[in-house]
Amino acid sequence: MLVLTRRSGEVIKIGDEIEITVIAAKGDQVKIGISAPKDVEVFRKEVYDQIIAENQEATVDVSAVMGFIKGTKKN
Amino acid sequence: MKINTKYHGERLINENEIITFPNAIPGFQDEKEFIVLSLDEDQEFLVLQSVANSQLAFIMTSPFRFFKEYDFTLDDFVVELLKIESEKDIHVFSILTVQDPFDKTTVNLQAPIVINTKNKLAKQVILNQPDYRTKHPLFSKKKHKVVKG
Repeated sequence: MLVLTRRSGEVIKIGDEIEITVIAAKGDQVKIGISAPKDVEVFRKEVYDQIIAENQEATVDVSAVMGFIKGTKKN
Repeated sequence: MKINTKYHGERLINENEIITFPNAIPGFQDEKEFIVLSLDEDQEFLVLQSVANSQLAFIMTSPFRFFKEYDFTLDDFVVELLKIESEKDIHVFSILTVQDPFDKTTVNLQAPIVINTKNKLAKQVILNQPDYRTKHPLFSKKKHKVVKG
């Protein structure tokens, strides 16, 4: 991993179209500005990982409760 | 064409039924083609079935049936990606994480499936609205209200 040290207001450029700006740093929190083309989706990593985890959990076989899903059995 | 499905056995489908996710579904980058099959007569619960992988299937429902106030705005990027011309062409579904017992099932309101029914392009959109999370109880006591977290 490339590690760079930047001060508030300084910018990192990734390729031609993506800019990461350090807006402010306070203690262990860093406020970051991201400017990227519209088709580059930007997420907090933990949010994206959570969606992946939920999607994977959602693919388990539901045959055991199919009767409830089809409405033939009631809870 | 004939495909094998997880819950509907072997199924004859038309190519024009196939829904394409240009950006795939997070966690399943190789799967871009799906079809929607119904699980019950009322079409309350549907299956998003992968065309290529018979074992990959999500259970979905319309979030508006269970969460009357569910509401979000699509980014321009998504409107362009799915070539959406009119709101009327869009169908929105939420993926269920089905549990046994079924009444413990949760619904993912943070990442709805948006389908443009006109051209069959679709995307799982990730919302940045803190009210909507990945695990809302489907059958909570406050059934028609989104619990704020």
